[in-house]
Order: sequence, then C-alpha cells, then structure tokens
Amino acid sequence: MNPGLVTAAYLAAAVLFILALGGLSNQEKAKRAIWFGIVGMFLAVGATIAGPGVGAYWLVGLMILVGGVGGWFVANRVQMTQMPELVAGFHSLVGLAAVFIGINADIEAGRAMRAIAEGSTEHLAGFAAAVAHKTPVELSIMRVEIFLGILIGAITFTGSIVAYGKLSGKINSKALTLPGRHAINIGAALLCLLLGILYFNGAGLWTMILVAIIAGAIGWHLIMAIGGADMPVVISMLNSYSGWAAAAIGFTLSNDLLIVTGALVGSSGAILSYIMCKAMNRNFISVILGGFGASTGPAAEIEGEQIAIDAEGVAAALEDADSVIFVPGYGMAVAQAQQSISELTKRLRAKGKEVRFAIHPVAGRLPGHMNVLLAEAKVPYDIVMEMDEINEDFPETDVAIVIGSNDIVNPAAQEDPNSPIAGMPVLEVWKAKQVFVSKRGQGTGYSGIENPLFYKENTRMFYGDAKKSVDELLQKIQ
Amino acid sequence: MPPYKPSKKRQIGVIATRAPAARQYRRMALIIGAPTEIVEGEKRVALTPQSALALRKLGYDCVVQAGAGEAARFTDAAYAEAGVEVLPTAADVWAKADVVAKVRPPEPSEVEMARSGQILISFLYPAQNAELLEALKGKGVTTLAMDMVPRISRAQKMDALSSMANIAGYRAVIEAGNNFGRFFTGQITAAGKVPPAKVLVIGAGVAGLAAIGTATSLGAITYAFDVRPEVAEQIESMGAEFVYLDFEEAQQDGAATGGYAAPSSPEFREAQLKKFRELAPEMDIVISTALIPGRPAPKLWLEDMVAAMKPGSVVVDLAAERGGNCDLTVADEVVESANGVKIIGYTDFPSRMATQSSTLYATNIRHMMDDLTPGKDGAPVVNMEDDVIRGATVTHEGAVTFPPPPPKVQAIAKQQPKKVEESAEEKAAREVATLKAANNRQTWMLVIGAIVTFLVGSVAPASFMQHFIVFALSVFVGFQVIWNVAHSLHTPLMAITNAISSIIILGALLQIGSSSAIVVILAALSVLMASVNIFGGFLVTRRMLAMFQKS
Repeated sequence: MNPGLVTAAYLAAAVLFILALGGLSNQEKAKRAIWFGIVGMFLAVGATIAGPGVGAYWLVGLMILVGGVGGWFVANRVQMTQMPELVAGFHSLVGLAAVFIGINADIEAGRAMRAIAEGSTEHLAGFAAAVAHKTPVELSIMRVEIFLGILIGAITFTGSIVAYGKLSGKINSKALTLPGRHAINIGAALLCLLLGILYFNGAGLWTMILVAIIAGAIGWHLIMAIGGADMPVVISMLNSYSGWAAAAIGFTLSNDLLIVTGALVGSSGAILSYIMCKAMNRNFISVILGGFGASTGPAAEIEGEQIAIDAEGVAAALEDADSVIFVPGYGMAVAQAQQSISELTKRLRAKGKEVRFAIHPVAGRLPGHMNVLLAEAKVPYDIVMEMDEINEDFPETDVAIVIGSNDIVNPAAQEDPNSPIAGMPVLEVWKAKQVFVSKRGQGTGYSGIENPLFYKENTRMFYGDAKKSVDELLQKIQ
Repeated sequence: MPPYKPSKKRQIGVIATRAPAARQYRRMALIIGAPTEIVEGEKRVALTPQSALALRKLGYDCVVQAGAGEAARFTDAAYAEAGVEVLPTAADVWAKADVVAKVRPPEPSEVEMARSGQILISFLYPAQNAELLEALKGKGVTTLAMDMVPRISRAQKMDALSSMANIAGYRAVIEAGNNFGRFFTGQITAAGKVPPAKVLVIGAGVAGLAAIGTATSLGAITYAFDVRPEVAEQIESMGAEFVYLDFEEAQQDGAATGGYAAPSSPEFREAQLKKFRELAPEMDIVISTALIPGRPAPKLWLEDMVAAMKPGSVVVDLAAERGGNCDLTVADEVVESANGVKIIGYTDFPSRMATQSSTLYATNIRHMMDDLTPGKDGAPVVNMEDDVIRGATVTHEGAVTFPPPPPKVQAIAKQQPKKVEESAEEKAAREVATLKAANNRQTWMLVIGAIVTFLVGSVAPASFMQHFIVFALSVFVGFQVIWNVAHSLHTPLMAITNAISSIIILGALLQIGSSSAIVVILAALSVLMASVNIFGGFLVTRRMLAMFQKS
C-alpha cells in the first residue's frame, strides 16, 4: 500500500472517530456511532500494517491476538458497577504505551543519527526512516515532543493505577495528605523540567527514563491526595491526559491521525472534567491539588433529630404517593441495589404512579455512572433525568427516595455559606413532601460534612443496606 | 378550709428548687378566686365550674363571688356543685384568695383590696396602664398579664388574646349578617337569583382568619388583605382570596415582630388605600381587624371608601376600641353613613358571647396555672427563667418587670429570604451581560491563541506548523462535538474515547520493525496493551449502549 492510500485511510478514520463521538448525543444514535469507531480503528490499524515501514508481522499478529482476547475477556466479564475501575485501568495502559513509544522514539532517533553519520540510511525502516529526513530544528522539536509524551504518559500511567486501586477498594480511598505535598509536587515538576532541558541539549536517554520515573511518582502522589468522591473529575482528567499523550506521540511520529485522535480525546476529557467541577462548584485546580474537606468557618448548627422508619412505613407512603423520585448515588452501586430498584420501579409504574430518577452529574465515581447502572438494570432511560431537568419538580413530588447519596442532596450547599460545599448545585429533595433516605448508618458522607437533610421534618431515615432495604420494600409492595 | 397563714407567703415566688418543701403545705391548699367583673357591660368570668374542676386537680381550692358567672350563664349552684365556695362579696374573694383571676384589668377599687404576696392574673395591657402597674407594685402584688403571654408554640394553650380574637372574628361576621339585608350565600330560587355577598377582611390575624372562616362557611365570596405576605397561604387555606398589592418594597417579615404587623411605609400605605378604593364599590361587608401593637389602629377604610360602598353594606370595625380602622367608626355604637352604610363599632364582641368566651378564657387561665404549678401540688412558682411566665409577669416582688426581655425562642421561624424573581428586562440584561463577558473572554482567548501561534510559527519549521494546524483544528472539533454528548452517555463516552486513544498503537506498529531488540520488545508490549484497550474499550461501550432502553 503506498503512503497516499495510507493517508487516505487515516483521513477516513479521523472522520469516523469524530462521527463516533458526535453520535453519542442520544441513546439511539449512539448504538450506530460505536460502529463508526470500530470501523475507523480497523481502517487505521489495517492501513498502517499494510503500509510501508512495518516489520515483524508475526509479532504484530500475535500481540494483537493476545491483546484482543484479553480485552474481549475483560469487557465481557466486567460488572457495570466496576466501570470506573475498568476505565481507570484502560487509561493506565494508554499511558504506559505512550511512555514506551516515547523511549523507543529516542532510541530510534539515535540509530537514525548514527546511520546518517555512516551514510547508510537506506536500510532504515519505519519511524527511523522518517527521523532520518528531519532537519536539526525538527529534531529539537521532536525532543520536546518526546519529553511531553513521556511526562504525560507516565503521570497517566501511575495516576490511573492509583485511581484503579482506590475505585476497586484495593487502596484506601481517603485523601492522602503528606505534609508539604504541594512543595513535593512543585519540586518534582521542576526536576522534570530540568531533566527535559538537559535532554533537549543532548544529554541522552537516561534523562527521559528519570523523567518517566519522577513523573510516575507525581502521578501517584497527585491521585493519592484526592478522595473517592472527586474520582469523576480524576477519571475524566486522566482520560484527557491519555489523549494529550497520544497527540504528543503523534507529533513525535509526524502522524496526523494520532494528533487528531489525541486532540479529540484530550478535549473530550477536558470538557468532562469541566462539567464535573461545575457540578461540584469547585475549581479544577483545587480538585487536582486534592486534600478536600477543610471548612471555611464554623458550620451552621443543625437542630432536630434523625427519625428512623421501617420498611412498612416507607411502603405505605409509596402506596399513597402519586409521584416518586429516586435519587441514587454511589451507595446504590456499592450495595448492587439497582436490580431491586428497577423491580420496585416496575411495580410502582404498574400501579400508575409516576416514577422518575434524578441523577446528579457527580453521582457515582464516573461521569454518567448511575445512568449506566440503571440502564443495566433495565430502567428505561427516558425516566432517568438530569439534575437541571428535574430539580424544579421536587415540590410537586410526593415521595423522594435517596439511595446511597449524601453530599449531592445536602441542603447546606444552599443554606450554609460556611459549608465546604457551599454553592455546589444540589438536588433539592427536601422540597418533596416526604423524603426517605436509605443509608447504612448515621455517619457522614465522603466529605465528612453533616447533612441537615437528615434532620428535616419531612425526612425519615431508612437505615440498612440499600439492597436489603429495597428488597424488604418489594415484599410489601406487590 | 384552713385559714391562710402569712408564713406561707414565702412559698409564692420561689423557684422550683424548693419543691420538696412545698409538699408539706399540701394539706393547706392555696385558693384561687374569681370576683365578678365590675366594668360596665362585661359579662365574662375568669373561672367556670369546668375549669374549677381542673384547678382542683392541680391542688388548688376555688372561690367565686356570688353571681360572678350569672351573665355568662354559670349559676352559683353550678359552681357549688363543682366544689367552688361561693362567697357573697368581692372583698371576701380578694381577702381569701391567694390567686385572683380576672378578665378586665383591675379597677382602682379592686387594687385597694389586693394584698402583698397575692398573685393576680388578668388582661392588663401594661403598655397603656403604667399607673396601674405602679399601684400593683405598691401593693406588692405579683401580676401576670394574660395579654403578655409570648406567642410561641408552647404558650398557645394560654394565649387568651388569640382565643378572644377568634371569638371576635366569628362574632363580627354574625353582627355583620345581622345588619346586612341579604343572604351571604348565592342562591338560585324560584323567586329569582340571589348573588353571593362579597366580604373583605382586612388584617389576617387570628380574628381575621376566624372571620374569613365564618364568612366562607356562610357562603360569601371572601377576600382578605394583610401587610404580611407570608400569611397569604393561611388566608388561602381558609378559603379566601388573598388581595395582592402591586408594590415593590422589601416586604415585612412577620417573624421580626413576634407574628404581629408593624407600621408600613407611606408609599406602601398609598398603594394599599388605592387597592381598597378599587375594591370598595364591590364589597358588601368589610371586616377590619388591623391593629399594630402599642399604637392606635391605622386608618384604612376612609370616608370616601364608605361613600363608594353600596347602600345597605356593612363595615364591622374590630379595632374600634383603639380608634378604629374606619374614619366613621364610633366605639360601642352602630352608625349609619349618609349613603346608608352601617358601621359597627362594638368593642365587646367576646363579651357578647360570654359563655363561649368565659369557657375559653377560664381554660387559658387554667393552663397558665398549670405552668405556674410544676409540682401539681397547689403551690404556684413564678419561675422567672421560664420564657412564658417571664413574659407574662409584669409586677413581681415589689418591682415592675415590664417590658420583658425578648423570648429565647423565636415566635415564628424566620423567613428565608426569598429569591427575587427577576423581571423579563433584568433577565435580558443579565443574559446580555453574560454574553458580553463570554464574548470578551472569547476575544481575549483568540488574541492570546493568535499570539502563541505566531510565536511558535516564527521559530518552528513549516512541517511542524502543518501538524500544529491539524492539532488545533482537532481540539476545536472535539470541543464542538463533545458539548453535544448527552450527560447520561458520559460513561460510554469515556469508554469509547479510551478505545480510540489507543490509536497510539500506530506509533508502536511503526517501531516494531526496528532492528533494535529493546525497541521491538517495548513496541510489542505497546501493541499488546493498546489492543487490550481497543477491543476492551469498544466491546464494553457496545455492551453499555445496548442496555439503554426506552420505556
């Protein structure tokens, strides 16, 4: 295949990727859009392999086969509640690959230099051949690109691994706050920059390996300092980084498809991070720097007491209600309660009641996490509403049931200017005529902030594991 | 009945810590007495046979002046049956009773009969009756004013002002009906159609709300006005229509004044009067109940409004005693205006229903005694730490204790400042402003972007710039496309971007043919990892998307 054809295939792939992302604007289109992505990827990989400069076909075939089977296996086995871990894990792979490719690029560039010096460039293939044609200025720029690719790739790699660990519960999800952690980060970043300058001036591969190690440490430390509920931002940020890493490698390799795709993924992740931050009314920088929870003043005193209720009471209220809104949170995912909730929804709807779900943008540990879980449990997506769509309907709602969410329904965000979450947009469940909160115990949520909702007059606490509680309800409501 | 021993006086006015000591006086129960009201026309009585029974349970003995309940239809025989000792004269009652319960503030002749250490419970209006307070203080009487009971939930059971206002509101409608020549309710009869009466209630306090309830249940179309917008809900719950004023001003917060109205600004008053002028020709009955604590009643129904009303209409002025809300009101009289509108200025509405009002008032008193007797042992304890008792006590231990400090508990939960609804213009202006800000920001970003591009372009070779253009355009396309992604599909979006970011595999593919072993190994590993990602990412996205189902 000549280079012209390969470029044409790349163009087609780039257009298909854009269509694949654009297709996610609604559920029905999305099912077709995924095929655009698959076809685009097939075209790009196929054209590259068929094109000039690729050797060791048996190795390529083997690796793709092994990787493909592995990927297929993981994709089919993963529970929907484990989506956040899966995505984080995948990101780490992209990050590590970017580091490897960056290091390779340097080695290959070195070989190309030597070949030029010996005047024997004709037996060079692939990337090395491309490097051999570069001017000295282009080579300098390439060093910057390699540096960036390795730096971002390494941060993505370790950061994603920590995120994976935290999300799967293998690492404590509490924010780790080392003393002087900002100084450590800044120091490490400066060190990387110094090594980058050394490398730029021809210091050799060891600087890049050091950069990879130090950047890895930064990634690890950064994400360790971020608590569980900020994970949606972290994951979208890592998503964005993996894109930028790909774009940087694309520059190194002078490959436009990599640049286009990397830029698409990078901006997508950036927008998601922005949306998540907005939904928590927090500054992106402050989320990334971590250590959330320091309040800005004495929190308002909460009066009243938490009143418990049993399944009987909740069932009676549901029987009487005409409109019900569920507000799911990470606790629902932890308890795997979505199937039971779906069943309850079905029964309530069969009785002619209006049942809807209110989803806060940062509910769960991944953007859109709750939507996927509910979809898996066969809750129709047209009764699953976004915060902005449903927030005004709470006053006309008879019963709001909060399942495993805390901060996203905390009225302190609106009522207490001293609260750490003041100003964060929240679901106004307390305006419903009756609120039931399914919760394991009396503790505070992730942020450690007291939730005045639990003390409101129209709130009843429905203690217990979310799944067990909903199952009890199912027995009472036939 | 054991004779009263002065030594016990100490018992009055000590706080509850002495309760064990109080127990030993149990056998010599204290006495509550009610004399006949001596104010002309006052028919109520502060003690009923029924309340006496309850008081006996608290450990008190009761005495009553002969004939005290006659006007309210409680016979001396009924009292005697309830175990109340009937004494022939007021002097006997004042001499014998440790606690004297009255309705009206005591007249000078009554103060004469009081003695040191005695407790007096009655309406007192301490703000207007400074001299009376001095006299009582001089006598060493502990006085509890029923009209000073703070308006908090706990004290509602002894809020005599409310229970009397309730009766006044009801009676006002009845008096209006008595003087009104038509039905309240609309009827269609064989003899023709009768339109329903239209009633306007001004001031939706307890009396106002009672009037609204009575008028609507008689079938009238009822309108109500109040300066406190927060009562609109209560008004509507009673079945009346709230008359909204088209007036922009920080509305009054009733909570700040203990649930009572405060004087309003001249502009507000103008707007209010304008509204009333509009309503006057339509209204058949106007019941005004507007009072501001400690001030003469505001003039709200002016002469020209009366003149605008139809002949035969009725104005009932419940504020007549404090000067009246209507210009033409004459206290205690019914006057008829030149155009045939009757203005009722009675000040004795509760007294006109003496049986009912005595029952309620006596119950209020009984509840007050309940609170004064924490030990239920017939020994009253004036606990000045108690918000309710402190508020009601106006003279105590030879000192005037009026006015009381503000209660610790707020009467009504403070209103949350409501979000001000922005008008269409404000909204438009705000949108223009945000748009302008966004435009400015965009302009700046473009300028900065252009400068950066120029700087890069001035040093970078053409081949780099080509890639840079591709990069910049892709970022733009990415932003445009991603903003349109549905929120509910954010997880699939992440999975699919993850899969396509594995396009990095191309780099590894281009390196895997190298003759360097390290490069081959690293490239092979990269291909492996990227393939996991590609397959895993696409498959899991597909799996997720397939789950989204419409109902």
